[in-house]
Amino acid sequence: MSEPSVRRAGNRVFIAGVALLILWVLLPIWLLFVNALSAPAEVTGFPKRFIPSFDLASLSFFFGFSGVIDALWNSVKVAALTMILSIGVGAPAGYALSRFDFPGKETFRFLVVMTRAFPLPLLALPLAVMFIRTGLDDTIIGLALVHTTLALPFAVLITYSLFSGIPLELEEAAWTLGCNRVQAFTKVILPLAAPGIAASAVFAFVISWNEVFAAAVLTVENRTLTAFLLQSLDVSPLPLKFAGGAALVLPALFFIFAVRKYLFAMWGIANR
Amino acid sequence: MPRLLPYLLLLPATAFLCLFFLYPFVQVAHDSVMRGGVYTLENFTRMAGHWKFSTAFWNTMLLAAVVVPVQLAMALTMASIVTKLQRGRSSILYIFAIPLGISDLAAGLIWLSVFEQSGFLNSLLVGLGVVDRPILLLGYQNTWVIFIAIALAEVWRATAIMMVILVAGMGLIPKEYGEAADVFGASRWQKFRRVTLPMLKPSLQTALILRVILAFEVFAVVVALGGTQLPVLMSETYHWQFAMQERGVAAAYAMVILAVSVAFTILILRLLHVPKGARV
Amino acid sequence: MAVIEIKQVAKNFGAFTALHSVDLTIADQEFMVLLGASGCGKTTLLRIIAGLETPTAGEVWIGGRRVDHLPPRERGIAMVFQNYAVFPHLTVFENIAFGLRMKKMDQAEVTRRVTRTAELMHIEQLLKRYSGELSGGQRQRVAVARALAMEPDVILMDEPLSNLDALLRLEMRAELKGVLAESNTTTIYVTHDQVEAMSLADRISVMNGGRIVQAANPVEVYRNPAARFVGSFIGNPPMNFLTATPVGPGKWQVAGQTYDGPHAQAAEFAVRPEDLHPADHGLPAEVRVVEPLGPHTLVTTTVAGQPFRAVLESTLMPRPGDVIHLAPVPDRIRWFDPATQTALC
Ligand SMILES: Nc1ncnc2c1ncn2[C@@H]1O[C@H](COP(=O)(O)OP(=O)(O)O)[C@@H](O)[C@H]1O
Ligand SMILES: [Mg+2]
Repeated sequence: MSEPSVRRAGNRVFIAGVALLILWVLLPIWLLFVNALSAPAEVTGFPKRFIPSFDLASLSFFFGFSGVIDALWNSVKVAALTMILSIGVGAPAGYALSRFDFPGKETFRFLVVMTRAFPLPLLALPLAVMFIRTGLDDTIIGLALVHTTLALPFAVLITYSLFSGIPLELEEAAWTLGCNRVQAFTKVILPLAAPGIAASAVFAFVISWNEVFAAAVLTVENRTLTAFLLQSLDVSPLPLKFAGGAALVLPALFFIFAVRKYLFAMWGIANR
Repeated sequence: MPRLLPYLLLLPATAFLCLFFLYPFVQVAHDSVMRGGVYTLENFTRMAGHWKFSTAFWNTMLLAAVVVPVQLAMALTMASIVTKLQRGRSSILYIFAIPLGISDLAAGLIWLSVFEQSGFLNSLLVGLGVVDRPILLLGYQNTWVIFIAIALAEVWRATAIMMVILVAGMGLIPKEYGEAADVFGASRWQKFRRVTLPMLKPSLQTALILRVILAFEVFAVVVALGGTQLPVLMSETYHWQFAMQERGVAAAYAMVILAVSVAFTILILRLLHVPKGARV
Repeated sequence: MAVIEIKQVAKNFGAFTALHSVDLTIADQEFMVLLGASGCGKTTLLRIIAGLETPTAGEVWIGGRRVDHLPPRERGIAMVFQNYAVFPHLTVFENIAFGLRMKKMDQAEVTRRVTRTAELMHIEQLLKRYSGELSGGQRQRVAVARALAMEPDVILMDEPLSNLDALLRLEMRAELKGVLAESNTTTIYVTHDQVEAMSLADRISVMNGGRIVQAANPVEVYRNPAARFVGSFIGNPPMNFLTATPVGPGKWQVAGQTYDGPHAQAAEFAVRPEDLHPADHGLPAEVRVVEPLGPHTLVTTTVAGQPFRAVLESTLMPRPGDVIHLAPVPDRIRWFDPATQTALC
């Protein structure tokens, strides 16, 4: 075979590989939505068709099921609270890490990075007791606090890399032009970091939205959607499960799309 | 004041981590050796004495041992593809990254739609004439199918995390190194093996640690696909905490997961040690 | 009205001393250039004056006010940064107006000042653009305009031209000189480029290793270096140095030639390469390299085993290996104390 034809063959293999991987990612999601968008009878029937019938009965059955709307609403509330808490607590720390050199800085960074080396959902076990003592058990706030612990390390490291990406010179220029520290932050740093901060907020939202174990451990009456689905897995009919799965997945698609530019700031922060 | 400012800014986060990260860990460690008000190892003996413990332990280990290498290979492939692409890079990256936003529970449900008895796999098998009627795939007779389904769901869901870390890592490798390798006549494979991989070590480290720890935490996927038929460490923890109301034993399980996680973190750090001067 | 006084300012970064007790007074409306090799502490000194760095010891006074405990915004300064620091999220207009808005100036006055400084810096057609849409030279102009619009007592500039290409640098240099001469601010300008320093400065402070070695007008710095370092740093090619041995009171022998010199224990002979001409009697120099440069010829030689350069008329064209005799212009000979490295009279 001549050089170019080898290359062309190589290219074809490459394209086929890419197509296969895309299929691998998208097909399962497609199948879930086929189920969610088909009538309950079709979902439990056999054989399956690979295209949805766009019958909304499964979905309306799901949303009409007792507790679902509440669970959905709880999920949103917990996730929103997690988002606010983790950015509110994490961003100042990220800013301090990026702008100051001080004793203890490395220790703090180590503490933050170490949290990633621990199975965090397990924290829910002792916290369940602590929450009962403090009256936070089975509350939105209590769960949001635990989810914030999950999201906080990311919020700190993401905002750290965001703020580090904004030259100190810009801030100093603002100081020489008449700003105090707070003004320089709000007039220069914040506008520049805002899209990234928004992305990490969305990311915190996703972490909370998706979290299962702690939610299941810490909530009884005020279940989130994940906790609700998990605890009714062995009793609920298939259409309910799949519609619930779709309800979990759909926002995720938008979230990942919204933060796609910042994925690297979030995960690329290796231990450098 | 300026000297104190950084500490002031760190204070909320530090307080938070102490209260909700350090304290609970001390507490869970304490709970695991406390029973009826006295310090004892009984929680651990009860845990180890239960017939499900070793099954759960080995299921978790085996699952990690199967899933992580496959994911590593796939993530490296995906990352190489994304790095190499000129057109359509961002759309393909987005598609590859989608599972990143999907919870383990949702992933379990997604693969349930494939593997349940009236599901898509059976539809395909019957349609192709491989079997003449739908078979019970996720039944207790063949836990190995459950295992495969769980492994597939895990690979599907959590490869994206590794991929994104690796893409970021590859982006940090200056192009000149690859070009230098070209000049010296390296083949594509040699280039990958001798230039890209060694320079990727720090990112590989992060990706592997994160991924392995998540693998030991596998929970909702297992419950969604296998119910209680394939116990893993995390599902047993949950079981002891709720069904059995034995918080001490649940804490002992937590300590086991913790110990395994830390052991593997250290192992990975050792194996992929990057000397300080050799970082990109 | 702003005299700047720097009194025994020192700065340590951990164990490293970036500035050793610096004293310097800059007159009102003076153009002072801080000149020195990279790493000698110029930026550190400038940032201490700006209030972006706190000195480990010493005082900074601006316009009769002690300012070293004040934040930058209360010092009456404006600064032009090396990388311009033009805010990317604001238009050129808003960049220039930024400081004025912080002063709560009314809109009409803001517009008037922005327009005026923009015209001064020839960027009035760029006012609606963002910094991403500007070239390096244009960003530079915006940065200067932003500082000028503040009408500050003091303008501080840290290597403002170092990121421009050679031609643009030349053009901006002349322009800066004109603009700053017309404003009545005191200027401190940091550079490592001696030509820039010579062309702009009323006075040059030559820095080395965290100390100011000499502060004087450009000609003085060039002709009468206060220290060996100044002679070797300024001038291209730099000053020549030769060892000298005393042969009587005020008489020194250098490479076999006798010259009048200082009354001292020991001394080093120094002369600038252009202050030499070929003669029958002079320093015997063995030619190593000959570089014809157009207007003149640069000849690298060794005199008594020490490297020695001469800038000669371009009609002269010695060959490598030749031995020529170079006579220094008598009143251009300088002497340095080998122990302290400072000038001897
Ligand atoms: N923040 C800092 N921490 C530690 N050392 C520094 C810091 N800033 C400057 N230095 C050191 O101080 C010396 C002087 O730096 P600088 O004033 O920037 O030099 P210049 O502007 O003349 O090139 C250099 O050796 C530099 O490494
Ligand atoms: Mg400098």
